Amino acid sequence: MNLQDLSLHFSNLNMEGYQFDCQFIPGEVEVLQVVIEGFEEIPVYISATDTQILCISYLWSEDEVVTETKAEMLEAMLDMNIPMPLSAFSRIQDRYVIFGALSINSRVDDIVHEVTTLGENSVEALSIMTDFLK
Amino acid sequence: MSVLSKIFTAIRGGARETGESIVDANAVRIFEQEIHDSKNHIKKAKDSLTSVMAEKMQAARKLDATQNDISENEQYVSKALEKGDEALALAVAEKISTLETNLLEQQTIHDSCANHIEKLKAQVQAAERQISDNERQLNMIKTTENVHKATSAISDNFASSGSKIVNAKESLERIKKRQQMREDKLKAAQELNSDNFENSLQDKLKEAGIVNDGSSSANAVLERLKAKQ
Repeated sequence: MNLQDLSLHFSNLNMEGYQFDCQFIPGEVEVLQVVIEGFEEIPVYISATDTQILCISYLWSEDEVVTETKAEMLEAMLDMNIPMPLSAFSRIQDRYVIFGALSINSRVDDIVHEVTTLGENSVEALSIMTDFLK
Repeated sequence: MSVLSKIFTAIRGGARETGESIVDANAVRIFEQEIHDSKNHIKKAKDSLTSVMAEKMQAARKLDATQNDISENEQYVSKALEKGDEALALAVAEKISTLETNLLEQQTIHDSCANHIEKLKAQVQAAERQISDNERQLNMIKTTENVHKATSAISDNFASSGSKIVNAKESLERIKKRQQMREDKLKAAQELNSDNFENSLQDKLKEAGIVNDGSSSANAVLERLKAKQ
């Protein structure tokens, strides 16, 4: 899966009523930043391994979490994992995220669908979990 | 200890907070080597399997041939006995005896081949499962490393581009404001559109003389007031 090609595909796309803006982040592991129109604050970051394509949205960090209700928040995240299509809550270092993993052989349309679903889920997750945040 | 256990231990030990690389750099190499070795092992086992299967088929053919020989000679003995030729019968019986010894040898070879084949098949299966498990563990390592490095790249990118990482509540506020604005615009546009529709309909009715024009009613009022005076 070539992230550069994926980037071009997103830019030319107007699928499911969405428009995208892509930025390629070079590095030891290449990352594609996809900004969905309307959800500029929560970009989706795409990277690839030998077997998977990972799409990650960063939600909030540890220091935004209200300590007293943290356990409740974590339980809520566990409970909400299944209802959320194609996405799951996780934690990377000190950031809480929503992510989706696809097979490296996925079609580009599948990846686009994953990204839009992640975007929608992220906004909803923020709404739902807002009481747990400072 | 499996990779998942190692990762879990490292996380409990605080590696997650410091963002340290969770898995030993050698681990990838070790797994890749093991997978490579297992694949070689399978290839060798399969080669052996092919030749032992061929041996077994050959042994089976010999068995059959010997069995047929024995049957044939048994018939000769019968015939010799019928003729009353005991000496001949004995000679053939000796031959049968030798054949029976051969049969036993060949049966042993055949069975030993069958045994060997079962062992080789079990080996291949075990090796394949080992590969599958190693690949799964390797996947875990690579994914963890990938996410770790990607996160670093993203953070660096943020830092260098000078953008502020806005907190979640503020982000949500902005998104909702924008959505609200978009909805309001859409609503306004729809109303405007229906207003325009209303107005143009009104014009059409006036043109057709169906609706009272404002000006004609003013005239009527004036006439009425003049008449009063």
